[in-house]
Amino acid sequence: MTYIVKPKLHHPSLGCNAAGFTRRDYEGAVSTLCAGCGHDSISAAIIQACWELDIQPHRVAKLSGIGCSSKTPTYFLSASHGFNTVHGRMPSVLTGANLANKELLYLGVSGDGDSASIGIGQFVHAIRRGVNMVYIVENNGVYGLTKGQFSATADLGSKSKKGVTNTDNPLDMVGMALQLGASFVARGFSGDKSQLVPLIKAAIKHKGAAFIDVISPCVAFNNHPGSTKSYDYVREHNEAANRLDFIDGREEITVDYAEGELIDVTQHDGNVIRLRKLAGSYSPHDRVAAMNYLHERSAKGEVVTGLLYVDEDSHDLHGHMNTVSAPLNRLGAKELSPGTVALAKINAALR
Amino acid sequence: MKPITATNDFVVKFANVNGSGSASANELFAKSILRMGVPVSPRNIFPSNIQGLPTWYEVRVTERGWLGRRGGIDLMVAMNPQTWDADVREIEPGGYLFYDSTRPVPASKFRDDIHVIGMPLTAICNRTYADARQRQLFKNIMYVGALSALLGIDPAEIEKLFAEQYKGKEKLLDSNVKALHLGRDYAKEHLPGDFGLRVKRANAVGERIFVDGNTAAALGCVYGGATVCAWYPITPSSSLAEGFQKYCMKFRVDPETQENKFAIVQAEDEIASIGMVVGAGWNGARAFTTTSGPGISLMNEFIGLAYFAEIPVTIIDVQRGGPSTGMPTRTQQSDVLACAYASHGDTKHVLLFPEDPHECFDFSAQALDLADRLQTPIFVLTDLDIGMNQRLCAPFEWDDARAYDRGKVMTTEELEAGKYFGRYKDVDGDGIPWRTYPATHPKRGSFFTRGTSKNPEARYSERGDDYLYNMQRLLKKFDTAKSLLPQPILHAAKQKSKFGAIYYGSTSPAMDEAMAALEADGLHVDALRVRGFPFPDSVVDFIAAHDKVFVVEQNRDAQLRSLIVNEFGIAPAQLVPVLHYDGTPITARFIAGAISEHMQAAKVVSIDSKAAHS
Repeated sequence: MTYIVKPKLHHPSLGCNAAGFTRRDYEGAVSTLCAGCGHDSISAAIIQACWELDIQPHRVAKLSGIGCSSKTPTYFLSASHGFNTVHGRMPSVLTGANLANKELLYLGVSGDGDSASIGIGQFVHAIRRGVNMVYIVENNGVYGLTKGQFSATADLGSKSKKGVTNTDNPLDMVGMALQLGASFVARGFSGDKSQLVPLIKAAIKHKGAAFIDVISPCVAFNNHPGSTKSYDYVREHNEAANRLDFIDGREEITVDYAEGELIDVTQHDGNVIRLRKLAGSYSPHDRVAAMNYLHERSAKGEVVTGLLYVDEDSHDLHGHMNTVSAPLNRLGAKELSPGTVALAKINAALR
Repeated sequence: MKPITATNDFVVKFANVNGSGSASANELFAKSILRMGVPVSPRNIFPSNIQGLPTWYEVRVTERGWLGRRGGIDLMVAMNPQTWDADVREIEPGGYLFYDSTRPVPASKFRDDIHVIGMPLTAICNRTYADARQRQLFKNIMYVGALSALLGIDPAEIEKLFAEQYKGKEKLLDSNVKALHLGRDYAKEHLPGDFGLRVKRANAVGERIFVDGNTAAALGCVYGGATVCAWYPITPSSSLAEGFQKYCMKFRVDPETQENKFAIVQAEDEIASIGMVVGAGWNGARAFTTTSGPGISLMNEFIGLAYFAEIPVTIIDVQRGGPSTGMPTRTQQSDVLACAYASHGDTKHVLLFPEDPHECFDFSAQALDLADRLQTPIFVLTDLDIGMNQRLCAPFEWDDARAYDRGKVMTTEELEAGKYFGRYKDVDGDGIPWRTYPATHPKRGSFFTRGTSKNPEARYSERGDDYLYNMQRLLKKFDTAKSLLPQPILHAAKQKSKFGAIYYGSTSPAMDEAMAALEADGLHVDALRVRGFPFPDSVVDFIAAHDKVFVVEQNRDAQLRSLIVNEFGIAPAQLVPVLHYDGTPITARFIAGAISEHMQAAKVVSIDSKAAHS
């Protein structure tokens, strides 16, 4: 569908958000992915989240690796600078970009092939460092662009489209992110936009490494019986730990909930995430309990979704490095060169 | 055997065990001679190990200022029993062996044609100090003391060095001075007074500074405005990143807020290092990584991306012996081709070849400018010999009026005014397109960066004509680079000659000395030091002006020669390789020998041959 040029026309009745942008300003080129691909729903959720949060599109840097999921940044936020890097290496490029300018919003989009196999090392270390970013893995358990090979997140015993049974253990990126110290960990499902949009919004507002694993069925190669990443399978086994209403501090809370049903999470800039509990006493503040809960549920074949962990007192890499408030890419010779007087002293000390 | 006699012109080699604290004592020895106004050129020869293996420190004392490695040892300070036999073998006939005579060494372990000086260092230390570490450390200072007496080094100079080193640590200062004089006193009382090697005060050092290339390159990156450094530890480049950290802590901390105007990441590997540099460069920060050969191999995919997507990147490659893990603690110039054509597909990269720490400083700062100007990876190809050894060189220079060249970056105002922006369009005819930093303008100037082919407006395209436009433009850009790089330096022979020599990088001091030696023998050779790639036309003109051109380098496969042949289409027979690649720094003796042999074979009769050697 690449030959289709999206019309720029915008219906006058559609208004602008508080940042002065129309919803169309958050869109990108027409998707070239397969009709029904879960990834397109995630792109739509990103567009919705950014629009609702009044984010200036050009203040977002969208980075990806290589693969179907990594193509998607073309399909949203056309006014943002985008970067298709090399396979599995988006995290390092995002880290460097983030170091250059701490003021922008860094959105890393990757897939299970890109992040769980070739890029697992970079995924691990970017999370460890607490890079301030939203890291979305569009997880379909399969290599789509190369036509249907298992990925490292494919479940043990699941079947490929050609009928081959996977004999390797799956890699659990949510579990890894928790273990590695990610300060925001969530899992969504591309088929549940009402859950996914608030998760992305909360992740955007989070300071630190925010990781969202989004189960995103591949309609072409992994949507058949025997797959554990198909629409049907995920719908049947989806266990939401909580529902999330993102509240940015300005809206009044009008809905009444019974005592003990809600958890408020205050993020660093004062915004509040309001969670409606669905799974008994599940607390998103307890990293160890979250890991246990996920393992228990996973053993029963369930796919736990929702905001799984958030650290209200999070930090990021710039904080650890104690960098100046001005973006490093804006400093010039006046700020950076120690000058000739200092150099004369250095020379003198080397004689 | 007649003992060697020499003043201000000899080579001392210290054979030690690594981890024994000998390095600082040996450096003290070298510096004390410098303070006498006599140039020295020291070299560490060390193993890939932290403790217990042999290590050597070779000091060439050279009033004439020949800073290359000479070859041959006049005085061996043999402190390591493990390497005794080889060390003793290495001494020139008539040379000297200084050793610890605490334990008797059988006569068969010596040679008849050398002069042996024994001093019971361990015994003196053991009766002076109770603490084991002190016994070890002061043994080193003690031999420096003894040598200073033998060679005639003014102890006041060494005491001054101690005073500078232990400023505010009076206890350490006193104990070092005491150890120094213990050594001196013993030597004066017990060792022969007619030692043939002498250091005599001179005035041959001048304003020059004594520094290693990694420190210099790190400082160049600080002055050049690098704010992001991502690196992975690898010998011999680690001290460069650590030097950058040290200088940043000193010069880049905001005095008011105590916040840092730099970000340094020790990455998980070289791939992540270069990835971070690519990301930072893409986002408008000056960024560099430093590595050695194995790191270059790992970085290849990203280097290709930075070339094709046109992202400023600075890579400082401190070369070591390859291939594979190779000789991690030995020197070579063997990454030339790996860097020049790094990554798959048709790629070519800009290389800079610093000859010494002074140029390591200059070229590192300049590389950051070039990377921004040319929007491409820039390689600074230094090596272990200049990177990790202190070298006497011209002092660092900077101009406070110098602004950083950020290249063609379109501003918010220009975009707002409606100036045309096509990310990969050659609008100025120099092959260099305009770029925008992310977040420059709310509606204009955004584009998608990708490693795939694209049209001039940065849209994905697999059309042949779009691809060709881009690849041709990259060639044009590469051509533009020629005039921006440091130009070659010609050292013309005293007489017109049909022989030329091309050399680069750390070969310089040995080459200078070799040229002088050849000249003295009546063999005239014009020498051209290339300092960057792509080569300017002056290189091909130089070759055309000579019948034969020697290409002197420190690798097996004549890599720079291949580059010349490949880029200029020159007949290979015109270029004679002179190759030294055993891991030790190239010597003047080697170069002069190889060139002389070839010229003699070609039956060159120089015009003033009657006046020269008959």
